[in-house]
Amino acid sequence: MSTLSEQLLHRIRDAHKRREMTWWERTYLPAIAQGLWLTSRHFWRNLFLHIAHRVGLFRDVPAAVTIQYPDQQRQMAPRLRTRHRLTKRADGTPRCVACMMCETVCPARCIYIVAGEHPDPNVEKVPKSFDIDLGKCVYCGYCVEACPEDAIRMDTQRHDIAAYSRDGMWLDIKELLNPGSKQFGEPPEKFVQLPPPPSR
Amino acid sequence: MPEPKYISLTVDGKTVTVPEGTTVLQACEKAQSPVPFYCYHPGLSIAGNCRICLVEIAGTPKLQIACYTRAAEGMVVNTTSDNTLNGRRDVLEFLLINHPLDCPVCDQAGECWLQDYYMQHGLYDPKFDEQKIKKPKAVPIGPTVMLDAERCILCSRCVRFTDEISKTGEFGIFNRGDHSEIGVHPGKTLDNKYSGNVVDICPVGALTDRDFRFKCRVWYLGSTNSVCPGCSRGCNTQIHYNRERDWRPHIANGERVMRLKPRYNPDVNQWWMCDEGRYGYHFIDENRLTQVQFRRNGAVQQKPWEEGLELIAGTLKQLRDAKALDQAGVILSSHMTNENLYASRKFFTTLGVKQLVFQRPKSGSSDTFLIQADKSPNARGAQALGIAEGAEALLDLAAKKALRVLFVFVQDLTELFGPSRVQEAARQLELLVFVGTNMNPTSQLAHVALPSAVYAEQDGTFTNFEGRVQRINAALTPWGEAKPEWQVFSELADKLNLGLAFADPQTIFTELAKTEKPFQGLSYQLISDQGALLKK
Ligand code: SF4
Ligand code: SF4
Ligand code: SF4
Ligand code: SF4
Ligand code: FES
Repeated sequence: MSTLSEQLLHRIRDAHKRREMTWWERTYLPAIAQGLWLTSRHFWRNLFLHIAHRVGLFRDVPAAVTIQYPDQQRQMAPRLRTRHRLTKRADGTPRCVACMMCETVCPARCIYIVAGEHPDPNVEKVPKSFDIDLGKCVYCGYCVEACPEDAIRMDTQRHDIAAYSRDGMWLDIKELLNPGSKQFGEPPEKFVQLPPPPSR
Repeated sequence: MPEPKYISLTVDGKTVTVPEGTTVLQACEKAQSPVPFYCYHPGLSIAGNCRICLVEIAGTPKLQIACYTRAAEGMVVNTTSDNTLNGRRDVLEFLLINHPLDCPVCDQAGECWLQDYYMQHGLYDPKFDEQKIKKPKAVPIGPTVMLDAERCILCSRCVRFTDEISKTGEFGIFNRGDHSEIGVHPGKTLDNKYSGNVVDICPVGALTDRDFRFKCRVWYLGSTNSVCPGCSRGCNTQIHYNRERDWRPHIANGERVMRLKPRYNPDVNQWWMCDEGRYGYHFIDENRLTQVQFRRNGAVQQKPWEEGLELIAGTLKQLRDAKALDQAGVILSSHMTNENLYASRKFFTTLGVKQLVFQRPKSGSSDTFLIQADKSPNARGAQALGIAEGAEALLDLAAKKALRVLFVFVQDLTELFGPSRVQEAARQLELLVFVGTNMNPTSQLAHVALPSAVYAEQDGTFTNFEGRVQRINAALTPWGEAKPEWQVFSELADKLNLGLAFADPQTIFTELAKTEKPFQGLSYQLISDQGALLKK
């Protein structure tokens, strides 16, 4: 009798195994027919419903709409966790005091802060650099929860990250203070350079 | 000495027996009912001003401070009664009246006694509603220490330290009432040789270390017990390193060691260490030899270990076959551990090399408290192993072409004997081997330089000037391709078929304790973390 963990492991492995297809299936004819059926069902349903809505019928049955992304953006709930930004003081400097709470709590360990001296001793500490590796971020929002200064928020309403490399997915302090200023095609401008795995 | 009289008292229902003259606080500690304290420090006089150590003593109407009250026969102490706990809470509220609560920017956060006790006894709904008094913040009061007077709880530990231990008297508490303020006397700076200790004893973030400032959050630190290699006192230390370096390589530009802290040892350094030792750790991560280097006619080549060892073994073999081992010399260093000294001595004597000496670094300043003139940790150990001292004769021999091969360990000889003499020797030698941790002018003269592990990357023992054998532990793994010296000799011995092998420092020490008279009876277990004396 195998143990529970072994059984689980087998099930996970089996899930990856493909079933042999029958001859009839390998002609792909049933799959094509199925696909056509599904698409045309949606087509006719939406055609009917949109015409009906025009004449004031079936107003409570929703029909599909198309958003012309990226020219047109979808309205998002304000509480949705989207890309990060750093809030500013009245004088434009970051509110962040480089306390490293977010860096510490981040489960993906994708925040990298280097602290520096602030000229005003009543503020004292300020980030010299603040990088977030969006390629690793899991959008959990813990960083926002942990911040004692309300310095980091996830309310930019931006959620697109497309870049030509993993390095291109880093947000630096300039982008975080002015969300949307970074062109993702740009070469990465990282303060923190991750070295090859350390030899320790 | 007359036998001290013993008395018994009851702490939280537990009876403890202590010598007469013990304070209630110490008795409570012995009864394992610890009492919180700020101003009390076992190494300083008692001030009794912070009032956090309040306890209830049966028969006295008011709460008493445990740090100043003497324990008496039959005393009944309660450290957990509602009265006591309310007292502590009220004291904490007072201490925090003018406190800025800037934990997010405070380097002490995470090891702050205010935070710790507030977690246990805090009044989470404070009643204070007035304006806080403003005081100076982020004032560099000396080369090593940053003062934030707002965070100070006026425990006067730092004042007592500079009055009683360093005897330099820089600190004072100025003004009265809630305008009282810690500071250095006008026109003074805190620049004595022991200034860093005030950071350790300040229970809050009022005094912080400028070297450590903003470098690393304390909760990223790992800690390993070690011994300071800065002088032959061998102050007991903890190496605090960035334990999260693998995924937080941006901290302090990837350096590994963040700071050193003294560790209590009543027979060596008590609670203290000097600034030279405290800030003398940068060589661990800077300017290291990371790879085997070959140097011929000024051109440097990085080579794998195998080639370096082959070359050295080949040359030694030639000498052995030509019965010319008297033309080889070895200059060990008092920076090496007992284990490494023993292993290298054994290797060379088994091979037949007779000219084996050790060399100390240039001596420096000393004082009557901790600092010793010998700036290396293990000269006494080298003496106890019967190794002769002084490299000068060997250098002269080399310059006279009487030597063909010379091994130099760790130390920079140019600093000691002047660059021209070492250059001359290097020119006349067939092979100058440098085995060391850091690059220096001598390593740059060597034909072969082998990278070795620093003390923070090795297990082993140092013998301090009093003959106390003390353990060091590896906090880090060797940097780059560096190896501990004993391992290098193990591999060389293998290539020369000497029938020697060293397994690890502990086995080497066991062997050493068997064969070397002064070390007899010692073992790692016995040495433990407080050290043990050599046989007289
Ligand atoms: S959202 Fe979560 S994963 Fe992303 S940076 Fe914040 S804490 Fe890290
Ligand atoms: S938690 Fe807030 S203040 Fe602290 S480092 Fe992160 S963003 Fe800055
Ligand atoms: S001294 Fe302690 S309580 Fe005060 S700000 Fe620093 S960490 Fe916080
Ligand atoms: S600076 Fe620190 S050690 Fe000195 S009195 Fe204030 S709290 Fe105590
Ligand atoms: S520790 Fe007792 S009064 Fe401060």
